[in-house]
Amino acid sequence: MTTKSPVVLQVRDLACERDGRRLFEGLDFSLNAGGAIQVKGSNGAGKTTLLRTLIGSTSDFSGEILWRDNPFPKGLRAMRESLVYIGHRGGVRGGLTPLENLAWYGATEASAMEALDKVDLFGFEGSLCSSLSAGQNRRVALARLFLPQSPCLWILDEPLTALDVTGVAALEKQMANHLESGGSLLLTSHQPLNLPGLNFVDLSDFLVEESFSDMGGEHVFN
Amino acid sequence: MSLTDVQSPVVGARATPGFAALFKIEMLLALRKRADIANPLLFFVTVLALLPLGVGPEPELLAKMAPGMIWVMALLATMLSQESLFRGDFEDGTLEQLALLPQPLYFAVLAKSLVHWIATGLPLALLSPLLALMLNLPTEGYLCLFVSLFLGTASLSLIGAIGAALTVALRRPGLLLALIVMPLYVPVLIFGTGAVQAAIDGYAYSAQLAILAALLAAAAALAPLAAAGAIRISLDN
Repeated sequence: MTTKSPVVLQVRDLACERDGRRLFEGLDFSLNAGGAIQVKGSNGAGKTTLLRTLIGSTSDFSGEILWRDNPFPKGLRAMRESLVYIGHRGGVRGGLTPLENLAWYGATEASAMEALDKVDLFGFEGSLCSSLSAGQNRRVALARLFLPQSPCLWILDEPLTALDVTGVAALEKQMANHLESGGSLLLTSHQPLNLPGLNFVDLSDFLVEESFSDMGGEHVFN
Repeated sequence: MSLTDVQSPVVGARATPGFAALFKIEMLLALRKRADIANPLLFFVTVLALLPLGVGPEPELLAKMAPGMIWVMALLATMLSQESLFRGDFEDGTLEQLALLPQPLYFAVLAKSLVHWIATGLPLALLSPLLALMLNLPTEGYLCLFVSLFLGTASLSLIGAIGAALTVALRRPGLLLALIVMPLYVPVLIFGTGAVQAAIDGYAYSAQLAILAALLAAAAALAPLAAAGAIRISLDN
């Protein structure tokens, strides 16, 4: 450990619910500037719900979330100004071309072309996204991460889905660049990531106890 | 349309598009799927063209029915096209991204409703003299019909946005959307047809038009707020 970088995002004793079911509780972690956390957990453990809670899209939680020492909702407003969130749905409009989609996210033509080149979509910049494949649309969404931007927080939900090997390698390299320039990263993924200094939060460690004992009593196989 | 029209200024890490940028991109998307715009209009015109065949071609009968029929068709055309107002953006995740912007969702809904009106309500109002001619509406009613449709369809687009936002997460909103939106359309329908009827009968109709304008002002202020709230609820699931 060298110099200690400031904590940007802090979660204290967080419990999330979805459809009236408690997914996890007692979750504590903090994310530094230049730090990366991979959220792990089995399907349905609440990874997406956790990310959506952190970006303020759902209010079904108890506990405390702080952005640069400001609790939500004040911290949420400040956080959203330096947030890049890419969810399961990439936010890529089918009726626009990749170039126009990136322009919508604030890119200039030169930076958008460069970003599209890096996600291996050179030559597709003028086609409508509705005519591209799922993997290519995923790449258009991820091209946002290759635009020049000030250090910020990336929250990515399963960014590696539908990506091939070279795509994953390029994304890992860009994530490392992002962390080096002082940005932070929070992502979910089932695949292992080759990223220096990556920390893990496993939601299986914060499962609600009673759901376990209930299952133990109910499911007896003879 | 050039790339700079789509572009939104970058603040920090986030792009914060202003109302003009939101409006331009919605217009661009609307222009790219012209069929979606043309269909409700064609439906509207076709039904009105069939009407004389169904009820008989007596000029007096048609003239009596004209204001009501044109207005009811305007309602149906608006509602038909409204279902897909937020659907595409919901499915591709754009709505989620819009909800994360530091600026209120109000402006995004307002921009979408405005484009929806330009695509359906405005052409309807512009076509209204032709439709009035087809249905043998007395000439005194033409101007009033145009103005009332011009004002009224804008309210319909805004009010319908609430229903579209509430049902966006449902796979098949169909009838539910109609059940939510139709009762809210009633005041616009009453004052719209009332104004045209008064004009035909030779009475002053400025009061009805003033009420339609007031309804539009209220809808512009309140409906996007309600729709924005409904979108946040829909996204929460």
